[in-house]
Amino acid sequence: MRAATQEIPNASSKSLLRFLTCGSVDDGKSTLIGRLLYDTKLIFDDQLATLEKDSKKHGTTGEEIDFALLVDGLEAEREQGITIDVAYRFFTTDKRSFIVADTPGHEQYTRNMATGASNSDAAVILIDARKGVLTQTKRHSYICALLGIRHVVVAVNKIDLMGHSSQVFERIVEDYLAFAAALGFASITPIPISARYGDNVTVRSANMAWYDGPTLLDWLESVDVDTDLAAKPLRFPVQWVNRPNLDFRGFSGTLVSGAVRPGDKVVVASSAKESRVKRIVTYDGDLAEARAGEAVTLTLEDEIDIARGDVITLSTERPEVTDQFAAHVLWMADEAMLPERQYLMRIGCRYVPARITALKHKVDVNTLQHLAGKTLELNEIGFCNVSTATAVAIDPYVDNRDTGAFILIDRFTNATVGAGMIDFGLRRATNVHRQDLSVNKAARSRIKGHKPAVLWFTGLSGSGKSTIANIIEQKLNARGIHTYMLDGDNLRHGLNRDLGFTDADRVENIRRVGEVAKLFTDAGVVVLCSFISPFRAERRMVRELMAEGEFIEIFVDTPIEECMRRDPKGLYARAKEGKIKNFTGIDSPYEPPEQAEITVHSHHTGAEAAAARILDYLEASSVV
Amino acid sequence: MTKTALEQPSAAARPSPLSAHLRRLEAESIAIIREVAAEFAHPVMLYSIGKDSGVMLHLAAKAFYPSKLPFPLLHVDTTWKFRDMIRHRDQIAERYGVKLLVYVNEEGLARGVNPIASGSSLHTQVMKTEALKKALDTFGFDAAFGGARRDEEKSRAKERVFSFRAAGHVWDPRNQRPELWRLYNTKIRQGESIRVFPLSNWTELDIWEYTRAENIPVVPLYFAAPRPVVNRGGLLIMRDDDRLPLLPGEAEEIRKVRFRSLGCYPLSAAIESNAETLDDIIAEMRASRTSERQGRLIDTDEAASMEKKKREGYF
Ligand SMILES: Nc1nc2c(ncn2[C@@H]2O[C@H](COP(=O)(O)OP(=O)(O)OP(=O)(O)O)[C@@H](O)[C@H]2O)c(=O)[nH]1
Ligand SMILES: [Mg+2]
Repeated sequence: MRAATQEIPNASSKSLLRFLTCGSVDDGKSTLIGRLLYDTKLIFDDQLATLEKDSKKHGTTGEEIDFALLVDGLEAEREQGITIDVAYRFFTTDKRSFIVADTPGHEQYTRNMATGASNSDAAVILIDARKGVLTQTKRHSYICALLGIRHVVVAVNKIDLMGHSSQVFERIVEDYLAFAAALGFASITPIPISARYGDNVTVRSANMAWYDGPTLLDWLESVDVDTDLAAKPLRFPVQWVNRPNLDFRGFSGTLVSGAVRPGDKVVVASSAKESRVKRIVTYDGDLAEARAGEAVTLTLEDEIDIARGDVITLSTERPEVTDQFAAHVLWMADEAMLPERQYLMRIGCRYVPARITALKHKVDVNTLQHLAGKTLELNEIGFCNVSTATAVAIDPYVDNRDTGAFILIDRFTNATVGAGMIDFGLRRATNVHRQDLSVNKAARSRIKGHKPAVLWFTGLSGSGKSTIANIIEQKLNARGIHTYMLDGDNLRHGLNRDLGFTDADRVENIRRVGEVAKLFTDAGVVVLCSFISPFRAERRMVRELMAEGEFIEIFVDTPIEECMRRDPKGLYARAKEGKIKNFTGIDSPYEPPEQAEITVHSHHTGAEAAAARILDYLEASSVV
Repeated sequence: MTKTALEQPSAAARPSPLSAHLRRLEAESIAIIREVAAEFAHPVMLYSIGKDSGVMLHLAAKAFYPSKLPFPLLHVDTTWKFRDMIRHRDQIAERYGVKLLVYVNEEGLARGVNPIASGSSLHTQVMKTEALKKALDTFGFDAAFGGARRDEEKSRAKERVFSFRAAGHVWDPRNQRPELWRLYNTKIRQGESIRVFPLSNWTELDIWEYTRAENIPVVPLYFAAPRPVVNRGGLLIMRDDDRLPLLPGEAEEIRKVRFRSLGCYPLSAAIESNAETLDDIIAEMRASRTSERQGRLIDTDEAASMEKKKREGYF
């Protein structure tokens, strides 16, 4: 049995530094990484030979080696001479191991820069000595600060092109510090470098005798970023329930912070259920203690309900459990963030539907000023109120990166569209100790993130009910709203196969449709019903089955002449020839609604516009 | 320590000689592997028999202990693997008690595709890439683990840990999902899949040091021994069977060689070496001035060939 803290001295028990390079386009980030790899002898002979060949073909440096080509590994990057996506490279020196993320400078690829920053402890922010501080420099600095990076180097690069001038360096540093003071970095270390020629990268530059600070590598080897995660409160998100047989039930996961020992009194954050740790199981034997960063399996003394996504913590150091919190959100999709739209949130090991209920302000990355706004566009950052369908365990991001960060996923495309950092909870969830465990309509609705409703389309045959209903269902589905379509086609062939078109059968048809729709609303679904439903009484009957405000009657008011002209199924023609009896509008009446919630004239406006009006109504009445 | 813990011995109760660095890597990989088991309906672990696969499988055994692996291994067999590799594969499946699926692209075989007559490019395309895609489709896997590392090659350094594949298994490197923190987006639609790389942040040296520390069995071909090779254009190719014809002027000779990277035998070049133990291999690696992929014939076919293959669905 090993004690978890025991460390056998070994050549590679060096500390690890994760850092990124960032800054504006072409400032020399990739060149700098290539240079670091080269100078630390991490480039093998065959790779060097390839590099020389590549530099001739794609290089941006004439006859010289283009070190950026060591990291810009995608075809498109090499062709365009830019970085598109983050590259992760590793190197070691006698003092430390490094994982470096080389990130793109282009604004278009900001999300890839954020990807690189999210797992970094330090940043090297490059500035082209010829250009000084640019918007991208500021944006990247702000994102670094937001993502919790505390220590940065400001590398004033290409100083060779400015005659290795100390004045140039000092002016840029002064500019930068004026901006960055508000960002709250713990340390900012300016270094004048030439990535291309290696000045002050790993060796002190003979060209800049005026500079007496550290080289970049000195700084990387010595910067102290250690946060003692094990000393923080225990957070153990359950990743996987380990159940090999009936006698063993363990909870597998990684301690993201804190430490735990057998016998410790633990609690499931969201349910407040308590137990004690029985064993800390690993393949290499049970542990006497598990600490932050370790992947283990816990077993407990009691059989309590725990599932993937729950957070196990010590009774004495619980996180906040809430379904509303304030957070900074970086938007990463072309399609703008819309308040109230439902997204899927991933926080820890849990997925939960979530909405941004309010955008409090956007941040202007140039001035750090707060701007009013309704939506977040690609690469914009906003401070938002977020609401989740069920309460989740959270910590402020500054206290814990793992329990304070989340991503937002588009419910239709599954793309990762937003990244969030929690600032604080807005109210404690009231349902933590909820006794009533029966699942009802409200509970079903809550996890869907929208209200149920019946969209009842009425109108003559051929008026366009199904066409409009189809458009709406597509749009709702794309927004992650649970829908179901009821129409003659799916009911007449099954449930209502025994019914004809006499008045009595029409009434019974609608009654059954109404009951089915009611079951769907009980399940929390938005039901779209397209039926001629010619009689007011039956429509009222259905309306009365539903809760207040749930039944939305939509009159597709297309004149009969137009319907007859369209006659998509040839029914009017056959009715006029007397081949179909009891045909609405021919030999059976249609009673137009007197108080429809919505009346559309799609023969004038087109089906799309009619659908848009209906969607507006649903939004205005906050169904969706 | 409670009494219960002592009463229940585990698989290997022994002191762990792992450095802090390797423990960090191990924990990260275990978390990635568990994530897949928790989120996907039909995961599979690609098992290529090499040193990386060996480490990956070992990590999976650790991830789920005391449960067994909740997914099978899949070996895409080109029928040109070293015989030692096949032997090793079958022993390993036995040792870890896992289900092993072997898939051969019979159609390619019937067409007579092979690395010698068809060339490495076509052979790889048909017997590896196509075969892999067919196997994934046939079994309906929605997530597949691969043992690739970011330090192997520059387009791999660009790939996510959870790498999204559209229907048809294609990779779009310009349009990868942002992957922040450890919040992997595991959501996919019907027909789409995810390739998962638990060893993304390991280096070749890490792999060997971990193999040594954990005593993970490896194919004997990694250790130097006298073997029959031919010198072809400066590369030492081992004649593992008589399907490799000698070209005019070529002669088979016995040299003390080993392999840094294993694939189809006519496509994997050996290096001359005296490294007979894991310690020797590690010492040799530390002194080496060439990368492991140098001995891989398929990579040098054309510039950016790895990215191209990956876009088509290669691992
Ligand atoms: N003279 C000089 N040129 C440099 C220096 N550093 C980089 N360059 C050149 O600047 C150009 C851009 O370098 P990259 O490393 O690709 O820039 P980058 O910041 O990675 O660019 P993106 O990733 O696309 O934002 C290349 O032609 C480099 O050779 C330097 O210190 N001095
Ligand atoms: Mg770059």
